[in-house]
Amino acid sequence: MIAEAGLAALWFAAVLALLQLFLVGMGLAGGKGEVLGAVRPVAILQGVLTAGAFVALISLFLRSDMSVLLVATNSHSAKPWLYKFAGTWGNHEGSMLLWVTVMGVAGAAVALFERALKRDAHMATLGAQAAISLGFYAFLLFSSNPFARISPAPADGQGLNPLLQDPGLAFHPPTLYLGYVGLSVAFSFAVGSLLTRQVDAAFARAMRPWVLAAWIMLTLGITAGSYWAYYELGWGGWWFWDPVENASLMPWLAATALLHSVTVLATRDALRAWTVMLAVVAFSMSMVGTFLVRSGILTSVHAFAVDPERGSFILALLALYIGGALALFGWRIGTVREGAPFELVSRETFLVVNNLLLSVILGLVLIGTLYPLMTEAFGHKVSVGAPYFDRIAGPIALILLIVMAAGPLTRWRRDQARAVAGRMLIPAGVALAAVVLVGALAWGRIGLLPYCGLVVALAVGVGSLAPLWKRNLRRTPLFTYGMVIAHLGCAVSLAGMACDSAFTIEKLVAARPGDTIETAGWTLRFQRILPLAGDNWTALQADVIAERNGRAVVIHPQSRFFASPPTTTTEAALLTRWNGQLYVVLGQEADAGRWQMRIWWKPFVTLIWLGGIMIALGGLLALIGRERRGWLMKWRARRAMA
Amino acid sequence: MRALISLLLLMLAAPVHAQTALPPAPFADRQLDDAALERKAKALMETIRCLTCQSQSIADSNASMAGDMRSEIRERIRAGEEPEHIRRWLIERYGDWVSYEPTAAPILWPLWAAPIVLLALGLLLMRGRIKRRPRA
Repeated sequence: MIAEAGLAALWFAAVLALLQLFLVGMGLAGGKGEVLGAVRPVAILQGVLTAGAFVALISLFLRSDMSVLLVATNSHSAKPWLYKFAGTWGNHEGSMLLWVTVMGVAGAAVALFERALKRDAHMATLGAQAAISLGFYAFLLFSSNPFARISPAPADGQGLNPLLQDPGLAFHPPTLYLGYVGLSVAFSFAVGSLLTRQVDAAFARAMRPWVLAAWIMLTLGITAGSYWAYYELGWGGWWFWDPVENASLMPWLAATALLHSVTVLATRDALRAWTVMLAVVAFSMSMVGTFLVRSGILTSVHAFAVDPERGSFILALLALYIGGALALFGWRIGTVREGAPFELVSRETFLVVNNLLLSVILGLVLIGTLYPLMTEAFGHKVSVGAPYFDRIAGPIALILLIVMAAGPLTRWRRDQARAVAGRMLIPAGVALAAVVLVGALAWGRIGLLPYCGLVVALAVGVGSLAPLWKRNLRRTPLFTYGMVIAHLGCAVSLAGMACDSAFTIEKLVAARPGDTIETAGWTLRFQRILPLAGDNWTALQADVIAERNGRAVVIHPQSRFFASPPTTTTEAALLTRWNGQLYVVLGQEADAGRWQMRIWWKPFVTLIWLGGIMIALGGLLALIGRERRGWLMKWRARRAMA
Repeated sequence: MRALISLLLLMLAAPVHAQTALPPAPFADRQLDDAALERKAKALMETIRCLTCQSQSIADSNASMAGDMRSEIRERIRAGEEPEHIRRWLIERYGDWVSYEPTAAPILWPLWAAPIVLLALGLLLMRGRIKRRPRA
């Protein structure tokens, strides 16, 4: 029953989306303005129905209803409830339903809460949102039905990929999807504003909270994914330039650029066409990412579906929406004036350079990710990975960070080059000191890129605090704090990356219980190995006493075996100290009685994710600050009227 | 005759032998004693693709084949072979696919032009924007 109800809700929602598109078309192009009143309730009902369908699927997973094909192939009755719950979206169909649900709920929110836009622009936005949703409903209903039954029902399910059985992974996909779909709202705003010829500051202010919220979610999703890869894969790497990682990085890069250009548009009414273009690109990147991941065109841990039919379906959607939006852009952009002028030395210029560099990095990641696919089509298999991306995107990212520190120290519209240079004096001094200091400490021991990374991180860290210099800290608006914290977060994260690649100490040993291992100031005493059983796994666990400066802690690296499907995973033991992390992995039995152990001491590695969290927090403060200011202004206006 | 029988036996034995869990190769997870050589080996390993996993280098893979390749690389480095020579040997055996190093295959060279082209395009766009700026 539940499965059928869920499917019915999904069909109703799809019909409502069609109705919504039709109503908007009739109201705006057909000249029947009176039907527009029905659009908002339709959008809201659609959101409720999609949420209902998703709740239905969750309950099927929680009940382990094996008569539903999706549950039978992706779940198991012996799994802990958290992973039954998370298993709902740990597969192709479920994750697409999540996508559609977030989209439906976001559409309802746009219908309910958006007040800044003129009515026709608002309606056109909802029409665009309905048009995008329709494609994904069709995809779900025709090629990825999550509610399909299986008869006869199997006795039990096949289980979830054990690598995905991790609390971090339970919440990583929904976070990313919230980000992806948030960008679909920005896309709809852009299409709506193009259709109604209202590309202006009001449009930017209406779009900004959605861009900010999506960007915060993407930031958190990427940070969480990176940390998951770090501790779960068991080799201490935190970013692999895997195509699936790139698929999440590309929308983030586009959203970061959009976030900055939308601020220029909202504050200064400049960069109109460019902002619309970026909104289109940002959601396109979300769809390209989804296509790459969902089509199985790149085989990876994440590509659950290896199915060409689905791949071509998403590819068709991709072509339709991106092509349609670009055609609309080309058709209408002639009527959009570029907006307020600015001089070469101005904050606008720095933001344009920021956009330029972010776009170049985005282009490089896209080309690098797709290049092997292109050459493979011509029968030549090649690999593009970290050695390329590090060397090529790394230096550009460093320049970007320097621009990031300089931008906030420059005034809008016009500024004096000399005055800007004066404000940069302290960060420049820090940079110089860092060049000497880091050089004296580590020259010859570390590579050029980590060296530059450390110097830039120190200088930009100080420089990002400079906007607060000589200001009344209590009067400084919340969104300025947000910016400062986010920019500081970038420097913190960079410092972590540079320290990890410059100073990590690796030790591989084959040890017998009773052995003592010395590395990087730590003394590790390997006590014993014990078997262990969990809910749906068995494990071998080592007891190791880690000692530094006279203080000892017991840690337990584990090697886990899952029966369904049969897989071995390593559970690294992490010991976090203020100045780094000790990372211990228990490997295979090398020979009689000796066990392989991989031990890393990673100085300041945690700064990478701390920086990520700071960036997201900065975004949150900016969001609250901007929105609160809007509410306050509205409230005051209402008071003044009364 | 005896040689033939032993050959036959060997052929029969090989699959059986492959099925038993082999102990990992000697240097799969054992560092070279010379730190400089180990660094050299590690740098090479980070640019060699694990053939049985998804988008991982052999430097961070649990796959047994990656372990064998790590061991092979460490032993060759210890024997004084140059990293690029080992890379060429691996590419000959497994194809260009095995190497992440973008300088290795001519088919990857266009990738190096990408940043220059993109930056030039962007600057061109930007220059046009600032030039057109009317004086307010």
